[in-house]
Amino acid sequence: MSHGAHAPSLVDRIDRIDRRWIFLAMFLAVAVPILWVGVTGRTFPETPTPAVQGAFDALESLPPGSKVAISMDFDPASAGELQPMATAIVRHCAMRGHSICAMTLWPAGGPIVDATLKDVLGGRPEYRYGENYVSLGFQAGNEGVMKQVNADMAAAFPTDARRTPLADLPVMKGIRRITDFDLLVSVSAGYPGAKEWVQFTVSATLTSGKPLRFVAGSTGVQTPQLIPYYPTQMAGILGAIKGAAEYEFLVNDAVRRADPAASIPARFQEAQRRMAPQLFGHVLMIALIILGNVVFFARRARGVQA
Amino acid sequence: MSALPPGAELDPAVVRRATRLWLVVLAIFGGLLVLRSVIGTELGTGDAARTVHGYGLVFVEPAGQGFAEVPASAWADAMAKDPAQDRITLSVPRTAGVWVAAILTLAVLSFLWRDNPAYKLAESIVVGVSAGYVMSVAVWDTLVPKLVGALAPGLTKAHLMPALDVSAPDWWALVPLALGFLLLCRLAERTSWLGTFPLAFVVGTFSGWKFVQYVESDLLAQVATMFDPLWVPGPTAAATVGGTLCAVLVLVGVLTVLAYFFFSLEHRGPLGGAARVGIWYLMITFGASFGFTVMGRIALLAARCEFLFDRWLWLIDPAGNH
Amino acid sequence: MSRSVAVLIASLAGITMVLSKFLVPLGDAEVKVADWFNVLAAIAFVLGGANLLKMNLLAISARGPGWGYSAVTLVAFLVTLGVGVLKAGVPPAAAFPDVPFSGEKDVAGSALWWLYEYAMSPITGTLFAMLAFYVASAAFRAFRAKNAAAIFLLATAFVVLLGRTYAGVLATSWIPHDNAWVSWLRLENLSAVIMSVFTNAGTRAMIIGIAIGVAATSLKIMLGLDRSYLGGTR
Repeated sequence: MSHGAHAPSLVDRIDRIDRRWIFLAMFLAVAVPILWVGVTGRTFPETPTPAVQGAFDALESLPPGSKVAISMDFDPASAGELQPMATAIVRHCAMRGHSICAMTLWPAGGPIVDATLKDVLGGRPEYRYGENYVSLGFQAGNEGVMKQVNADMAAAFPTDARRTPLADLPVMKGIRRITDFDLLVSVSAGYPGAKEWVQFTVSATLTSGKPLRFVAGSTGVQTPQLIPYYPTQMAGILGAIKGAAEYEFLVNDAVRRADPAASIPARFQEAQRRMAPQLFGHVLMIALIILGNVVFFARRARGVQA
Repeated sequence: MSALPPGAELDPAVVRRATRLWLVVLAIFGGLLVLRSVIGTELGTGDAARTVHGYGLVFVEPAGQGFAEVPASAWADAMAKDPAQDRITLSVPRTAGVWVAAILTLAVLSFLWRDNPAYKLAESIVVGVSAGYVMSVAVWDTLVPKLVGALAPGLTKAHLMPALDVSAPDWWALVPLALGFLLLCRLAERTSWLGTFPLAFVVGTFSGWKFVQYVESDLLAQVATMFDPLWVPGPTAAATVGGTLCAVLVLVGVLTVLAYFFFSLEHRGPLGGAARVGIWYLMITFGASFGFTVMGRIALLAARCEFLFDRWLWLIDPAGNH
Repeated sequence: MSRSVAVLIASLAGITMVLSKFLVPLGDAEVKVADWFNVLAAIAFVLGGANLLKMNLLAISARGPGWGYSAVTLVAFLVTLGVGVLKAGVPPAAAFPDVPFSGEKDVAGSALWWLYEYAMSPITGTLFAMLAFYVASAAFRAFRAKNAAAIFLLATAFVVLLGRTYAGVLATSWIPHDNAWVSWLRLENLSAVIMSVFTNAGTRAMIIGIAIGVAATSLKIMLGLDRSYLGGTR
């Protein structure tokens, strides 16, 4: 320190703070609520937004036994946000008795499809593999797969994930192309995903005699890009973990209305549990932005270059 | 902690102190893990309750051709009923897996402190495993049924995929085989020019698809929505005013943002005014996008924290895993 | 000559795909071409793996700094590929017990599944989770309300950040929710209005603009006017 230099002020010290303190603050903002929710089991109430309600209504309005195609277009990196959505949607289909045909366009999505179906349908004896649900697994090609399923599902997926030809699966009876399904759902983390399904599959059906109803679940990053497609090209959007929490709430509410004594397994409240760290994380972000600006303007007022 | 000025070199004494500090931190961390084991976890219900001093354990029972995971409390209950039972057992590979996953998670998180060999090791592992996994998936899910199965159905059904529903060879599969071979020629410098042909096929096909689908879905369909009525009657006066105002704001927004992105004319006069309004809309759009992005990132961090606290350390059990 | 042939291939493929939308007889051709495209996409994964092998072998033989990590990558790649292609630890399917390769490649308990579940998933998940820390640091360091546009952006971000959590519900719970003239001011409703009106408008305009750009670029490629994808090859 040179002779006559002033000691750094509080504003200077805050401005020069090591970013690892910020990292620690973010970790605590997320970890402490996780521990609190894990110990207390308490979650915040959710009020569904119109886009999520639209997605719920799209599935709820289908007659029981309808055929639903679910494309789980995500990998483990985005599973924190999207797995609760996929689980809630499969559970909703199971509650309504719909047939489920699951697939993925992401190479690392295959085990996610299998795990989701097993987790939700494993405890339901009325669901038998091949009869009312099936996993088609993964196929390479992105939009090429979409182009094929538009015309011929068997051309894109010669067999299911267990290597059984589609023609031998009762659940695929009457399904030649993707537009034969009553509803298409895409839970997507990016490319390829919901946007490509809208472009390559759904939009073409809107001017045909039989529009394909479509619901999307997406990450927070992708949600703003899908908003313009709602509601003309998609019936609903589950946006980020909040959308997943709202959908979970709607599904659980439907379970309670059907049977007030029913208990909701904790694994079907995953997204709602994650809203507690969201709250504190968001408040921290706002505080950091405000603090950063306070420091910036204080230094500027003193004539110090930023 | 304070950041170093750029270009500064570390004093050896500081490095020694940092190393000692790291050893202390690791010792404290190890001590906490041992303490966690000493505290133990109560598993089972009622008379079957017992304290287990391990954590991050995975128990399985036979299911089909393999095993299925069961909660640790199910093991405790089974052991209470019959200590000699071997239906529900500890899975050593899966338990080791949970510990490996936890250590790798911490290794990646250590990058937040600074770049270090543990992080670099985890990064190297994930690059190799991801590439190997994706290649395995491509081979078994696409190449075997659609290439090998198409050209040699008998061989495929006999040794690889017995349920494949193909009887006669499909010689059209020679086309992607040839294109694929040309693509692989990119690996060698002298033959890399051969990769231009399959690349041209991919780019051309993609261009044709994108041309049609973007025009149909993103241009025509989106422009068509702009012709929806601006007067939106609702059940109440407030709903009517609100709906109509929103419809007008959307129309104004789309036109002004398009005006902003129209660079063929100078942004002066009415066009300039419209572009300035468009900027406001874009600022709101980007602000909302930022909010959603933050939401997404925090959810991913929450999921990893849940793994560490639930599956590894057994500090919480929100989903009834143990 | 080879560039001309490549341009011709691109043009023919593209124009065929466009015409197949309007000419029913070309519909089957489109499905067949899509099949070739998908097989080629799978071969591209093989190319990626082979390139990884090549680059890491070069790094190891050059013995440059960090070559040990290249060796780790190589070993991880070869082990995963080996257990994946050879289906290590995968029992044959129950219907075909005499065909060793008939089982699912990543059935729970197999070696490939173990690597996916306990190596690939946690590392990729954590890598993406780290972004939460960096976005927090960026928020402190970089987001400055220097002008009106930036203030607008940050104010919107605050509304959305609060409105998408219970904090927003609490903050504006004093605004009556059954009075439609003011209930939109509640933060959770305001954030929904921001998304459905302003974000919708801004993104829709960008989508329309991008669609025009993609259509123009695709046309240029199909007409052979844009050859940038060929690179600098001979």
